[in-house]
Amino acid sequence: MGTLTVPGPTIGVDSKDIHASAAPSPCLDIRDISLTFSSGSRSVTALEHISLQVPENEFAVIVGPSGCGKSSLLYLTAGLMAPTAGEIRVNDQRVTGPGADRGMVFQSYTLFPWLSVRDNVAFGLKRRRIRPAQRQEIVEQYLREVGLESFADAWPRQLSGGMMQRVAIARALANDPDILLMDEPFGALDSQTRLSMQQLLLDVWEHNSKTVLFVTHDIDEAILLADRIYVMSGRPGVICETIDVPLKRPRSSEVVMDASFIEIKRQILSRLHQHDD
Amino acid sequence: MATSTLWQRCLTPRAHLPKRLTWIAGIGIWLLVIVLWSLVTYGGLVRSIFLPTPTAVLSTAVRMIGDGSLWQDIWASAQVVIYGFVLSSILAIPLGILMGSFRLVQALLDPLVNFMRYLPVTAFVPLLILWIGIGIEQRVTVIFFGIFFQQLVMIADVSRGVSQDLINASYTLGAKRRDVVAHVLFPACLPGAIDMLRVTMGWAWTFVVVAELVAADSGLGYISLKAMRGFQVDVIFLSIALIGLLGLMTDQCFRFLRARITSWAL
Repeated sequence: MGTLTVPGPTIGVDSKDIHASAAPSPCLDIRDISLTFSSGSRSVTALEHISLQVPENEFAVIVGPSGCGKSSLLYLTAGLMAPTAGEIRVNDQRVTGPGADRGMVFQSYTLFPWLSVRDNVAFGLKRRRIRPAQRQEIVEQYLREVGLESFADAWPRQLSGGMMQRVAIARALANDPDILLMDEPFGALDSQTRLSMQQLLLDVWEHNSKTVLFVTHDIDEAILLADRIYVMSGRPGVICETIDVPLKRPRSSEVVMDASFIEIKRQILSRLHQHDD
Repeated sequence: MATSTLWQRCLTPRAHLPKRLTWIAGIGIWLLVIVLWSLVTYGGLVRSIFLPTPTAVLSTAVRMIGDGSLWQDIWASAQVVIYGFVLSSILAIPLGILMGSFRLVQALLDPLVNFMRYLPVTAFVPLLILWIGIGIEQRVTVIFFGIFFQQLVMIADVSRGVSQDLINASYTLGAKRRDVVAHVLFPACLPGAIDMLRVTMGWAWTFVVVAELVAADSGLGYISLKAMRGFQVDVIFLSIALIGLLGLMTDQCFRFLRARITSWAL
């Protein structure tokens, strides 16, 4: 992990200068991030000294109670907010603003209502000036991936919540981002739909090796999906535990009965309760 | 409320009624107006010098259509409305979207616009006559000043209401700042903009009459004023009815436009 062992002064130095080390650098490298909101004389620390590295093709999940700052961490990675201190690197490029290399799926429904399902998926490709023929091919590929090829010409308002989030996933993946950021994407769905969406996401992820940073407050969801779980507690937001999930892949919702699943769940719950006191 | 009678449904808030009934109600109210009008005029309750009979208004309409003067007056008014309305709208929509999206534009325009929009345009008419004269330009300017600042504020509100999540989503898909304006803010504002146009079109018809009452040589407001001098209430009634009819027609056009262009929004 060359970029990690290099001492402080290299922060801010152009990445090309530190290529020498043998270990591959992580896809996502969050280095000592702090985030403070201030209004007038009052200031609130939302995140304090957060560091984490997500290797390529890993499915990383941040789990924590609402208000712990986990979504803020995602927005910082997306470049939609700027940290008060520290820096974030994606494939050794410093994050300075939003970009197509970091796709995001939001908790709220963010399909463009004036575009058909097809044109929603094509939105990023058009902004990036991908040729029409190739664009169409990619759009069809990802609509097939989320099982919505027959809804290509529908308006978003004609879709259910789960279908809208499937389009949002296809839309983010169509851009072939380096990392997929997911901010409680299934939080607004009913529990039946959530289960099938989790399965769909697992299938899609197995299919398209992709680095994912997924935020949720649902512990079961975190364990089902993750290679590695970061447990966060709030005010100020810190990562209080990192847990590797050794469950075999491909996984299905049946892993909830697995002994190691229950053990991990117990571990996370006790961690979170500890911080409640 | 599945088992309720039709009468109960009429008295239930937001209950659905058969389409036929709503049609009958809409036509019925007009029949009622015409019946009452006929009663008081034919019955001699009001003197015809103040309130013309329906047949007097109709025969005046036939006469004025026959000699072609009615079309000229309708066109004279419509022309002023169209020029003023189009000019104001094509400036107000882009500027309003910018005003609702860029804090600097808002900071620049807010104090001026909020001062201007509380000034009644009628107060400007003498000044405008002094500056521009009594030609069509003057009447177009009255309409422009009457609706521009209102349009600006309304469209700025529409654009402020566009969800930040949509903008954020477009950024994470690779949109640049100008893409956000052209491909997110503008289409997202379209339904609200058409609704805004529909409302302000009605005001434009109000202001054209005001402008014509003061200075014009043709138009529906002008013939009303001329008719007043000759005690021709039937002409005044005709002119009022025509403005209402034209308003109804433009309103239907905007509804149609809204349904066609922004069918995605319902």
